[in-house]
Amino acid sequence: MTKLNMPKIDRKLISRKPDIVADLKKIIKAENILDHEDQIRPFETDGLSAYKQKPLVVVFPENTEEISKILAYCSRQHIKVVPRGSGTGLSGGALPLEDGLLLCLGKFNKIINIDYKNRCVVAQPGVTNLSITHAVQDNGFYYAPDPSSQIACSIGGNVAENSGGIHSLKYGTTTNNLLGAEVVFMDGTISRLGGKTFDSEGYDLLGLITGSEGHLCVITEVTVKILKKPETVKAALIGFSTIEDGGKCVSDIIASGIIPAGMEMMDKALIHATDNFVKAGYPRDAAAKLIVELDGTGTEVDELIEKVEAIAKKNNSSSMKISKNEKQRMKFWAGRKAAFPACGDMAPDYYCMDGTIPRGKLAEVLKEIGRLSKKYDLPVANAFHAGDGNLHPLIMYDANEKNSLEKTEKFGAEILKYCVKVGGVLTGEHGVGVEKRELMCEMFNNNDIQQQIKIKKALDVNSLLNPGKVYPILRKCAEEGRIHVHRGKTKFPDIPRF
Amino acid sequence: MYIEEKQSSQIFQDSSSIEFPKSEKEVSAFIKKFYKSNTSLELVGTSSKKKIGKLLQCTKTLNLSKLRGVIEYFPEELYIKVKAGTPIDQIEKELKKNKQQLAFEPIDFGNLLNGKSDYGTAGGQVACNISGPRRLKVGSVRDHVLGFRGVNGRGEIIKSGGTVVKNVTGYDLSKLMCGSFGTLVALTEITFKVLPAPEENKTLIVHNQKIEKALQYLENCINSSNDVSGAVFLPKEPIVPGCVMNIENTFKLNDLKEDGSITALRIEGSKNSIDHRIKNLINILQIKNLNISILQSHQSEIFWHKVKNLEFFSSSKNSIIRIVIPPSEAAKLIYQLSNTFKYYIDWGGALIWMEALELSEGMFESIRKKAVKLGGYVTMIKNSTYLPYVEDVFTIGRDRFSISQNIKKSFDPKKILNPGKMYTGI
Repeated sequence: MTKLNMPKIDRKLISRKPDIVADLKKIIKAENILDHEDQIRPFETDGLSAYKQKPLVVVFPENTEEISKILAYCSRQHIKVVPRGSGTGLSGGALPLEDGLLLCLGKFNKIINIDYKNRCVVAQPGVTNLSITHAVQDNGFYYAPDPSSQIACSIGGNVAENSGGIHSLKYGTTTNNLLGAEVVFMDGTISRLGGKTFDSEGYDLLGLITGSEGHLCVITEVTVKILKKPETVKAALIGFSTIEDGGKCVSDIIASGIIPAGMEMMDKALIHATDNFVKAGYPRDAAAKLIVELDGTGTEVDELIEKVEAIAKKNNSSSMKISKNEKQRMKFWAGRKAAFPACGDMAPDYYCMDGTIPRGKLAEVLKEIGRLSKKYDLPVANAFHAGDGNLHPLIMYDANEKNSLEKTEKFGAEILKYCVKVGGVLTGEHGVGVEKRELMCEMFNNNDIQQQIKIKKALDVNSLLNPGKVYPILRKCAEEGRIHVHRGKTKFPDIPRF
Repeated sequence: MYIEEKQSSQIFQDSSSIEFPKSEKEVSAFIKKFYKSNTSLELVGTSSKKKIGKLLQCTKTLNLSKLRGVIEYFPEELYIKVKAGTPIDQIEKELKKNKQQLAFEPIDFGNLLNGKSDYGTAGGQVACNISGPRRLKVGSVRDHVLGFRGVNGRGEIIKSGGTVVKNVTGYDLSKLMCGSFGTLVALTEITFKVLPAPEENKTLIVHNQKIEKALQYLENCINSSNDVSGAVFLPKEPIVPGCVMNIENTFKLNDLKEDGSITALRIEGSKNSIDHRIKNLINILQIKNLNISILQSHQSEIFWHKVKNLEFFSSSKNSIIRIVIPPSEAAKLIYQLSNTFKYYIDWGGALIWMEALELSEGMFESIRKKAVKLGGYVTMIKNSTYLPYVEDVFTIGRDRFSISQNIKKSFDPKKILNPGKMYTGI
């Protein structure tokens, strides 16, 4: 485990733990407070399990008023607070602090209102992403953002991280599908942002808090947009004998005026790994494989599939399958969704990166990753949300080999820096958290970062809410940035990732 | 005492009070200078939407219209990066060459506010965050800004976002810029997400419906899988002498078979798909035997152009109000209002545009109160000679006001950028 620099620990405060617990018992039920070593251990990490830290105390408030009182109390007592949804985040955003309270939203697990007239669902933040779709699917509706961990991740966490998914290009990320929220600021103020209307007037505070990684407020209720399911959905599975051809095909599809619902690419290493794992019928001789999903009316989808076929042929596709039914379409996706566990079979350990690049730079970036792979003598497999340019290289290594972890870290940082160099960004959907904070200065200069910190201070004067995340603690760019998985022993191994 | 109050006696500016920076560096240098000297600044582009919000009386004007030009445009990457003073019509022209568009449908406020067509600049569109009919389907301006550069109230050049859709690196300040009316940052560069322009479009019109039925039709169609990209209700009633909004005068289209109210649904895409979807809608609504018209591509385009650009009102001298409300509440609100107000409903019920004859400030506040109670908000878009000034142009509650004050302070601690444009004290 790599040692992380976190905000200075307040030892005096830790020594006051019994008093703090006693005070908290005056605010919430005693049964909703966990303070014993054994009770709090399960909360020592989130989806980035390379880092562990037991919190001072864990609380499970039951309503907004309790959260307001807890935050006001912590504000007065200068106690740091880390909010946590389902703990599936991959960048350590919910990593506890030794001298901080871990505020779990697990009891906020109800859907409050389904409103078809206004096409929205009002839910508590602990409700899982997929439950929202489940609640409305009988009427043919769904909630569009679909991060791969959607069976477990909470909708409040989705707002905090601005979660994406495979359909972001056409349907946007969380921020484009959120209409309103009830939030509590660090001083205990409860506020309603947005509602059931389109857009809100004044400063777009809803837009600001979305993706702010639990830095600005605690979310206690969300109102999300729901959409009617498309009439028809079909997917094309296309193989290419070179990465360049596959990359060019992606660009040509977009340039032709088609916006696929989803467009996913894998390189040869991952095609083999996933096909071994789920027998998805992938083209094993291909250097790159593309899944293009198209939705709309039947006529429209057939027209688009025809166009995609023609574009793929023009780009020397080596194989092509079109899904004939829902079962086959799901099979196309099964391999893609199993990319993470499949990699667990290939090497004892791997790191997952999360940069976004301009689509047209794919071949260049993959070539560079190939070069770095040779330089560091570490194999790498690549999964790519080609539609929106989000790249997930998986670096394989064996942590038992001396210095291999450090070597992998350097490799990962070089990849992310290259993503920024070609016009991309450090993180597309996993968030900065503790994982990439020291790399922030690759993208932002001091003015940019200071402006963001000023906003943080405007809403959380003493920086008590989730400190140590997102912004660099050291004024240097440490070479960090990855998810660490050892021998497949990730937290919640059954949850699909990225 | 706030700067805008200090300056309130100074109404006229001589031409030397207007600065025309030609680069981001110059913008930064000017603002740094004014920050030091505590000088308030009005930020303008082409001034097409200058009349929205409170009238400012600042010591200096920073005219950003010389910061113009496309910096980068990659059609296959679906983005265009422009200098903030670039005219919107220049951007749209450039996009059209590659069959692309700004999908949120920028509105031409020029006719309504200044009697002359003017879409304004990229920066102005972002600052106002007011989108056209397609907002219903694709989101508003704020959903199409991928990144920006600009200068804050301390004169520091800052940036946020990038050129890609999927980006969670740091706070999403692009959202905060949208609808901030130049009170946080003088924008210098904007990256818009662009989308393919649809091959064709057609409009299904149901004639002569009353508001409840019309809104029910719109809802049923939006709640189907047919990708409706425009849903508007244009009532014939009330007839208000002195109001200019008039369907017959605005829409002289051959394809329109009937007089009376118009319930219109726009479908965009490929020709076959459009025909298929229009057939679906007619089935859903069970309106085969009702009076319907279908506007073919060309006329459909004219129709939505007029709706988008508020052409009903363009020669009006009355107050023009914009009400955003949950769609389910639109009819309820209309019934609570005086029948001396002409209105039409866009976004399938979520947006009401209103022309109000002899509107007093008390009446305006009463409309606001009703809209807020129903979960909406109200903006005064154009003042009339009858009511040339209202105290609160925009709607805001107490807690959001105090948060907004803190946000303003973090960008512009001396409140020199467009002070008081949105709210007194911000």
